[in-house]
Amino acid sequence: MNPTERFIPDRLTTPMQRLLKSWETLLLLVAVGIFTMNSFASPYFLDAWNLSDATFNFTEKAMIAFAMALLIISGEIDLSVASIIALTSTAMGAAVQYGAGTTDIVLIGLLVGLLCGAFNAVLVTIMGLPSIVVTIGTMSLFRGISYIVLGDQAYRGYPADFAFFGQGYVWWVFSFEIVLFVIFAIIYGVVLHKTNFGRAIYAIGNNATAAQFSGIRVQRVKFILFLLTGLMAGIAAICLTSRLGSTRPSIAVGWELEVVTMVVLGGVNILGGSGSIPGVVIAAFVMGLVTFGLGLLNVPGIVMSIFIGLLLIGVIALPRLLTMIAARRA
Amino acid sequence: MIRNFLISREAILLLVILVLVGIISTRFPGFIVPANLANVFNDTSPLIILALGQMVVIVTRCIDLSVAANLALTGMVVAMINTMAPDLPIVVILMVAMVFGAVLGAVNGILVWKFEIPPIVVTLGTMTIFRGLIFLISDGKWINAHEMSPNFTAFPRAQILGLPVLSWIAIGAVVIFFILITRTALGRAFFAVGGNPHAAVYTGINVGRTRFFAFVLSGALAGLTGYLWVARYAVAYVDIAGGFELEVVAACVIGGVSIAGGIGSVGGALLGALFLGVVKNALPVVNISPFWQLAISGSAIIIAIAMNARANRRKGRFILKQAEQST
Amino acid sequence: MLDNAGTAEVAKPVVVLDGISKIFPGVKALSEVKLELYAGQVTALVGENGAGKSTVVKVLTGIYQPDEGAIRIDGHPISLPTAQHASDAGITAIHQETVLFDELSVAENIFIGHAPKTRLGLIDIVQMQRKAAELLASIGAEFDPDVKLRDLGIANKHLVAIARALSVDARVVIMDEPTAALSHKEIAELYELVEALKAQGKAILFISHKFDEIFRIADRFTVFRDGECAGEGQISDVTEDELVHMMVGRAVNQIFPERTAALGDVVFQIAGYSHPTEFADIGFNLKKGEILGFYGLIGAGRSELMQAIFGVTKPSKGVSKVDGVIKAVRSPADAIRSGIVYVPEDRGAQGAVTGLPIFQNVTLPSLKKTSRNGFLRMAEEFALARKYTSRLDLRAASLDQNVGDLSGGNQQKVVIAKWLATQPKVIILDEPTKGVDIGSKAAVHAFMAELVAQGLSIIMVSSEIPEIMGMSDRVIVMREGRMVAELTGDTLTPQTLVRHAAGIAES
Repeated sequence: MNPTERFIPDRLTTPMQRLLKSWETLLLLVAVGIFTMNSFASPYFLDAWNLSDATFNFTEKAMIAFAMALLIISGEIDLSVASIIALTSTAMGAAVQYGAGTTDIVLIGLLVGLLCGAFNAVLVTIMGLPSIVVTIGTMSLFRGISYIVLGDQAYRGYPADFAFFGQGYVWWVFSFEIVLFVIFAIIYGVVLHKTNFGRAIYAIGNNATAAQFSGIRVQRVKFILFLLTGLMAGIAAICLTSRLGSTRPSIAVGWELEVVTMVVLGGVNILGGSGSIPGVVIAAFVMGLVTFGLGLLNVPGIVMSIFIGLLLIGVIALPRLLTMIAARRA
Repeated sequence: MIRNFLISREAILLLVILVLVGIISTRFPGFIVPANLANVFNDTSPLIILALGQMVVIVTRCIDLSVAANLALTGMVVAMINTMAPDLPIVVILMVAMVFGAVLGAVNGILVWKFEIPPIVVTLGTMTIFRGLIFLISDGKWINAHEMSPNFTAFPRAQILGLPVLSWIAIGAVVIFFILITRTALGRAFFAVGGNPHAAVYTGINVGRTRFFAFVLSGALAGLTGYLWVARYAVAYVDIAGGFELEVVAACVIGGVSIAGGIGSVGGALLGALFLGVVKNALPVVNISPFWQLAISGSAIIIAIAMNARANRRKGRFILKQAEQST
Repeated sequence: MLDNAGTAEVAKPVVVLDGISKIFPGVKALSEVKLELYAGQVTALVGENGAGKSTVVKVLTGIYQPDEGAIRIDGHPISLPTAQHASDAGITAIHQETVLFDELSVAENIFIGHAPKTRLGLIDIVQMQRKAAELLASIGAEFDPDVKLRDLGIANKHLVAIARALSVDARVVIMDEPTAALSHKEIAELYELVEALKAQGKAILFISHKFDEIFRIADRFTVFRDGECAGEGQISDVTEDELVHMMVGRAVNQIFPERTAALGDVVFQIAGYSHPTEFADIGFNLKKGEILGFYGLIGAGRSELMQAIFGVTKPSKGVSKVDGVIKAVRSPADAIRSGIVYVPEDRGAQGAVTGLPIFQNVTLPSLKKTSRNGFLRMAEEFALARKYTSRLDLRAASLDQNVGDLSGGNQQKVVIAKWLATQPKVIILDEPTKGVDIGSKAAVHAFMAELVAQGLSIIMVSSEIPEIMGMSDRVIVMREGRMVAELTGDTLTPQTLVRHAAGIAES
């Protein structure tokens, strides 16, 4: 307009300043703190194999948490993930009874996960129903089908080489699961933070109408995210079934809440619009370390849940409490 | 009024339940004898009581996922009180259970009201915390029938006019909630807050405080149910009523309570719970494995929300005059 | 109601607003305004959109606190810190969009907050139903007090709101565009009701854009213009033309950019656009370098039409052509691809993604250009954002500042920059300067002139007469979903605009 226009810098903060002020850094400090406390508290903690074992606490849940993070950032939620694991595992177990080999089992696992995700996606994006109740419904439905098929029985007899997914090691102490976890962390991190698709997710979660007005196909993006969440639940089901070597309908009960907790602890806004994959990765480690560390101290799992619950509420309440105090002072 | 009722969500659900009972009784007449129906009702009573509290919470646009954990924690607390002071009158136990449950509910309410944390996060957190606390106070041990005093366990089963006390309490809760919802300013405020929070402020209603009271009510009912549950089954441990919160939400959704807030009724919550109760009790009678129950309630939830969504679809805006007249 | 004999000697006003000012960041919404309401009289409050009418309603109902001035009731100064206080003071408002509760019954809506109680402290339903029935009967409503509000039409919801106003025994009733959504028959019934309220001695503040009804129903008038009083008096002492003049008389205050360039060929055509309920038979051509104004009252269907052109909603009939080629626009993505973009009126809800930084807002519809194989390239994004925001003289600390932290005018600039970055042929601006401070307004106007000079074409929806007059080459007036006039040159005057929009016959 005129040549003496004011100059607006791209950013006022350096990458280092942003990093220091970020939620992820705070969370990382918590993780380091827990790590340090654990290593003082138990002599067994700093053992490579023990630590490797500890990662099984969170790898499967975290894989789902990555897709769930994207879904929650877009303003939706999927509470049926644990039930998708149950149904997927049941389908794989049933296939085994008909003599399916490892490849078939894995393909069935992926397919059933995708189909469950597609079922949620249709109900939410095409029929326009609220995802929180839809997935409470499918949560009962999917696991219910497992119960119908299995009752109080269990499927066993998975092929020997199927055990690799949940029990195998790629190199030294690095299990197949932790390698898969790292790969998915990178993929989801890149998708969310470095692609147009990721940007669309943020825009939708912040303001779906404005996103639609900007030419983003909102329902299509959400459909894909439900599919992805189903697929990740299917992959988690393959790993978990392989690790346990059997399928019961009660498999992975309550995981949906742990996955959501992981996502929220990772700094994802439950109302949508913000959050990051690095945050979820660190949150997964925090939850894994807490569980493992307290486990070494013979603290039962149920008590750890108090800690996780306090963490979940605390991390959201604390910043608000501080602003409230600051506002009162001013 | 009658005409309104006949086309309501509640009437459709009542019809569905009656048809269901009818079909079952044509092949299994034993199902419809009064004693069995009373039994079904008694069995469903805890679900009915909790659904009433949950209904109020959902109507204000919130959700309470901590009810089952609250139930279990309060149940453990009163069971422990009973082992320490077996002679305490039941009235005191009932009061303690309700007050303790209400306090737990108030924790949820404060976090939602004063800290403005989304209710789903709050109750997800308190749900795990409450469960953990049970373990801490009980050391993970069970409290079994022989450790409880006889009057403690006998109370919910005592018969009055042919029905157990448990059933009477559920009936009482339904009546009290009906009055609360339809005849008190607070009851109407729940609907105003959920239906149109903006307008509620204009009419002088404090939205946060109203939600707080909804959580307190839900907590008090969960506490009351905690005692009844522990006494009826004569056992208290960490995992009682595990996952029951979802059945409670399911009862509400099936009963036509809208998750978007502002819509719901005592009758709906009651019928939603009864539907699940009838299904659960009928399955063994008609020789279907009880393992079908979960899938059936899941399907019922999905069908219910799909139907509610259709009924509530907004009408478009009329600008053209002739369009307005032709509809 | 042209004979007002006998009302003039009613001396003391019930409510007086004396020198009320209300300042919002960057905007003085009300500047020392004066308003008097008399018992048994209807005072019409007249003014353009943004003149301060709704602000004054919010001051009267305790939603806003004035920064200066006094509110007096019966001569006593009073403060109204909350909605409850205003209600207690006997002031009640019937809002444009009825703010009531769909899921509650009619009786409950009328009595929420002040229901009759039994001795036990419970709501006395019998009493409440009876009182509600009486109130409804007194205003000629023919529905039961126990039906749910959502089962009623708009006109009947209005009646419920009026019954609520009566139930609190209000002395002052504010009616904010009560006839905007009503049919002719319903409007006639409403007039009768207003007469009845007058007879009961209520002081009525009647806000309306429709001149015929102001002259029919009002005893007195007050005109607001740009947050100031532009005149008041007895309605019998003025003519329509005088009122219009008071309303829009300040056209000279604003300077609009000179435009000289000749118009080019037709770039965009709409023919036979119809929608089942929102608009019908819309057709127009838009030339290269042209600014086409759309004028009309609120709710005339202008925004609905624009959203259909942009692919948000689907018209039932009609074609749209860009450069003579028919384009099927089924979604905003299609429209953007065809070179049509839409800057919505409601920036918060539809325009800016306030939780994202400026540069990400700007690049949102142009991500294909700034990315490679679907991967973001931040440097390209910043470059694109810088290019377009600097043309608009954006004021911001940095380009990664969240849009939500900017002022209204600067948010608007970000939204416009976002659309320019798509290099459109046709840009639809819906109320481009609504809620924008004076300085930014001039910048937006200058920029519009610059754009058309560069060969873009603009469709501008505006309810501000000076803006429509100052910026448009041609103006289409819409009323009740239809095009009622196309004005240009000598026929384009404030008077003709208001007359066509309000449906007043030529005098």
